[in-house]
Amino acid sequence: MSQLNYIAPTTADEAVKALAAAGARPLAGGTDLLVQLRAGRAKPSVIVDLKRIDAARGIRSEGGGFVIGAATSGAELSEHAALVKAWPGVVEGANLIGSTQVQGRATMAGNLCNGSPAADSVPGLIAARAVCVVVGPNGRREAPVEQIPTGPGQTSLAQGEFVLEMRLPPRPARSSDAYLRLIPRTEMDIAVAGAAVNLVLDAAGVVTEAHVAIGAVAPTALLVAEAGAALVGTKLDDAALAKLDAAVRAACRPISDKRGTAAYRTKIAGVLARRAAQIAYDRAGKA
Amino acid sequence: MSKTHVTTTINGDAVEFLAEPGATLLDALRDEVGLTGSKEGCGSGDCGACSVILDGRLVCSCLVLAPEVEGRRVETIEGLAKDGHLHAVQQKFLEHAALQCGFCTPGLLMASKALLDANPDPTETEARYWLAGNLCRCTGYDKIIKAVLDAAAELRQERVA
Ligand SMILES: Cc1cc2nc3c(=O)[nH]c(=O)nc-3n(C[C@H](O)[C@H](O)[C@H](O)COP(=O)(O)OP(=O)(O)OC[C@H]3O[C@@H](n4cnc5c(N)ncnc54)[C@H](O)[C@@H]3O)c2cc1C
Ligand code: FES
Ligand code: FES
Repeated sequence: MSQLNYIAPTTADEAVKALAAAGARPLAGGTDLLVQLRAGRAKPSVIVDLKRIDAARGIRSEGGGFVIGAATSGAELSEHAALVKAWPGVVEGANLIGSTQVQGRATMAGNLCNGSPAADSVPGLIAARAVCVVVGPNGRREAPVEQIPTGPGQTSLAQGEFVLEMRLPPRPARSSDAYLRLIPRTEMDIAVAGAAVNLVLDAAGVVTEAHVAIGAVAPTALLVAEAGAALVGTKLDDAALAKLDAAVRAACRPISDKRGTAAYRTKIAGVLARRAAQIAYDRAGKA
Repeated sequence: MSKTHVTTTINGDAVEFLAEPGATLLDALRDEVGLTGSKEGCGSGDCGACSVILDGRLVCSCLVLAPEVEGRRVETIEGLAKDGHLHAVQQKFLEHAALQCGFCTPGLLMASKALLDANPDPTETEARYWLAGNLCRCTGYDKIIKAVLDAAAELRQERVA
């Protein structure tokens, strides 16, 4: 690690300039990057800390939705009452990451850009239809969350680009979301499968909009359009849940490893999606 | 590559040190500042033995780069006792024999302090989840949890008194 520079720019423009250097890497909470540094799996020449950039910090309401700075920690998300109320599923996904100590640092943007297929905050963000504001040498662009990871450890971000903030859309009445994952323990483990469901209901309790995303069952987290479509126009009766389950299982392309076989992961993803749908539905009825 | 000069506040005192490139806050505390109370169990965020409080948040100092604390406030186990008086969590760890080898103890004490600062009346379940990132190979955790809940009760009493 003898060739390692650290800089902490205070504006996005300075960060873009610093990230143009060969081997430069952004740093958010460091809960993935520092582990990789120590293991010798990451060998950056320059670490560009995003935590002193104002625009990358904190949570603000804008246009009826929320803008979450890319350097905002999981602990800050859980302390923001309005965000938790509007997007309980997004926040519960982020809060499942690691321990209290990890929550004090870990960010959703880092979770996303690290590119783990099992990243816990990503299905919730995808189901929420969250958008990343990406800045880089060619200016500013927006990309839906699901377009950022391209495979394990891989992203679509070009050299010098980074996520400055994430935007959650406005929340209509009677809408809510939920995320569930399965891990072999109760804390501190990597998801075997995960599912997020985001629903909007009408006054009669009929689903008018539904988005379903799954994690840890393919090289990246996936938006499963057919699974969402299975719920629209229903009150989440058994037939709708069975269609949801089948659509989720059809989308799974998991690996087999010590945490679970491909068949087990596929089955579990369907079960988690059903349960998350029920939780989101109950929450939406009260929202 | 040259060392980085860092100015920060540790346990209320202004401190300056030079950090090696790539050094973590844990490395700097132990090797540059001479505060060896924070321990390295894993170096990867799993064990919590290196827990410190950074700007009011509990973190693993092994997952913080030393230069990140420029201008910040760091609290370590060395600052927990005040004017020769043990903090309630320290006293209760002793009374409940909540340690054996003691390697996990500094981290558990800092994590427990952070818990009681945030939540003066935690349930047992809340305390267990909060401390899930602090591993102990010796005690089996029960005595630790009892000590933390007892410390919480004592601190609540003191607040009323
Ligand atoms: C003990 C422990 C337990 C964990 N448990 C879980 C778990 O249960 N579930 C889970 O999903 N993860 C878990 N993790 C992994 C990790 O904590 C998360 O992935 C976390 O969200 C990473 O965020 P970070 O801010 O710390 O990222 P960093 O480590 O700062 O960055 C991660 C990667 O993303 C890049 N990056 C960071 N921010 C940006 C940005 N804004 N734009 C572009 N690139 C960026 C970095 O260069 C790096 O490659 C755990 C880690 C530890 C140490
Ligand atoms: S040494 Fe930091 S968590 Fe183990
Ligand atoms: S007392 Fe030995 S590790 Fe906890």
